[in-house]
Amino acid sequence: MSSERGWDRSRWLPWHSLAVFAFLYLPIVTLIVYSFNGSGVGGFPPRDLTLNWYRELFADGPIWTSVVNSILVAFAAVLISLGIGVPAALALDRSHFPGKALFRRLVLLPLILPGIITGLSLLMFFRQVDVKLSLATIILGHGTALISVATAEVFAGLQKLDRAQEEASLDLGANYWQTFWRVTIPNLRLSIIGAGLLIFTLSLDEIAVSFFLIGRDNTLPLEIWGRLRRGITPEINAISTIIFVFSLLTIVVWYRLRVAAEGKAGIGTELAEAAAVTG
Amino acid sequence: MFSRSYRAAITLPPVLWVTAFLLVPYAILFCYSFWLVSPEQAIVHSWNVNNYRELFRVGVYLQTLFRSMGIAARVMILSLVLGYPLAYYLSFHAGKRKELFYQLVIIPLWVSYLVRAYAWKTILGSDGVLNTLLQYVHLTNHPLSFLLYSPFAVVLTLTHIYTPFTFLPIYASLEHIPRNLVEASHDLGASPRQTFWRVIFPLSIPGVLAGATFAFVLSLGDFLAPLLLGGPSGIMISNIVVSLFGAAYNWPLGAAISFCMLLLVVGLLFLSETLERKWAYQ
Repeated sequence: MSSERGWDRSRWLPWHSLAVFAFLYLPIVTLIVYSFNGSGVGGFPPRDLTLNWYRELFADGPIWTSVVNSILVAFAAVLISLGIGVPAALALDRSHFPGKALFRRLVLLPLILPGIITGLSLLMFFRQVDVKLSLATIILGHGTALISVATAEVFAGLQKLDRAQEEASLDLGANYWQTFWRVTIPNLRLSIIGAGLLIFTLSLDEIAVSFFLIGRDNTLPLEIWGRLRRGITPEINAISTIIFVFSLLTIVVWYRLRVAAEGKAGIGTELAEAAAVTG
Repeated sequence: MFSRSYRAAITLPPVLWVTAFLLVPYAILFCYSFWLVSPEQAIVHSWNVNNYRELFRVGVYLQTLFRSMGIAARVMILSLVLGYPLAYYLSFHAGKRKELFYQLVIIPLWVSYLVRAYAWKTILGSDGVLNTLLQYVHLTNHPLSFLLYSPFAVVLTLTHIYTPFTFLPIYASLEHIPRNLVEASHDLGASPRQTFWRVIFPLSIPGVLAGATFAFVLSLGDFLAPLLLGGPSGIMISNIVVSLFGAAYNWPLGAAISFCMLLLVVGLLFLSETLERKWAYQ
């Protein structure tokens, strides 16, 4: 294999990669280790290992309220962004209308635009139309900003779609509606599930847009943010560790699902490819 | 092959939604930037360009914008320096462990942005992990204060956050390079170094541009890392916007700054797209 030859005498490459991994994981490892540290965050070496922070966390009402809010927001955001993003990808693929180029740019813009601009624009919008800020405005903000993710992923999936199947379905007398539900959507299943999972986790973590659209009820990142401003506590490490473990489980499930379906895996490649296709 | 009504059904809802909740809000942002705040703190719809004049007249806005661009540029360069060789190693040399390593790059993306910034704060603080470690092994005998609440801390944290984002498009572009091109280069007698610089690197430029744009634009607009770790010398342009929308209560001026950022971002996207097209492998 000559592709193995590339830079093979450059011994520094594996070491460089190792160093990058160390850099990427140092904060995560620190975070997890200090969630068990009896004497608070910081201080080397960690001492007095304890589960106290987790005990405090489980007794902490406001945190769990914000977790429930976040999950609610994330579910609703997934529904909105898939509900709009899947047709948007289909429209970009097979529909022609005036302003299509502008539409494509607009729908994908939040993928790269700093969240503060979308958040502020929506804040001013809600103020102009006199809507009070609440979880609903956050849902609308997340749902709208994350349409970009759904559209990009599903559009990339459409490029790999076997068009003949849709034609066959139409030729055999199925109407467009039936073809859409029985052929198009099942074929895009993996892109849609992948986009949904990604949107769910992105929404759970979103803070820049939520920051401006928050009403009385906090989402988890905003609850954490509020506490960070008052000082640091290992409780934050504990909740972060729990979320990290859940995220890992999601990745493993998704990985299995994809490997089972098409023998390869990868979260994010889709998105990177999608960005390349649509960008 | 698709009927008019089918096309209308897939086109109208997204177009209406995107118009109502993206186009109109951005337009409102634009309008706000021409309005004013009265001394009684009410927003006055009197159209004028005072906010834009203010931006160029008061030094702090441009200075902060340039400082933010400096921070974003440093993050971009560091992310490329960390991300490119990693992507190259994974794509060409990692062999069977490629898939595992790939997942290892992605996993940190699933740890909350805020939490990772916070983790750096606990590492860099004066009684944080790093300073106590340095004192524990007697490398220093007092905490190093430049670590936290400095542009350094902001650059480090943002680099940590955006390196995987930079890595992804570079890796995708490397993976798309037909391996027989690389083999042809070897067979024609090019050294590994020549093969890299003349074949592999030019073909990966679209990925590099996409990754660099991601890192630069997203760090430019960041306001949480500077608030958490930046201190007074690490303030970025978005922090000014946040304060104008909060305590300073001058939405129109904040809107003017945001609109300039929006223009800057869209301009950079066009630039990077044009360059990507120029370097695209056909």
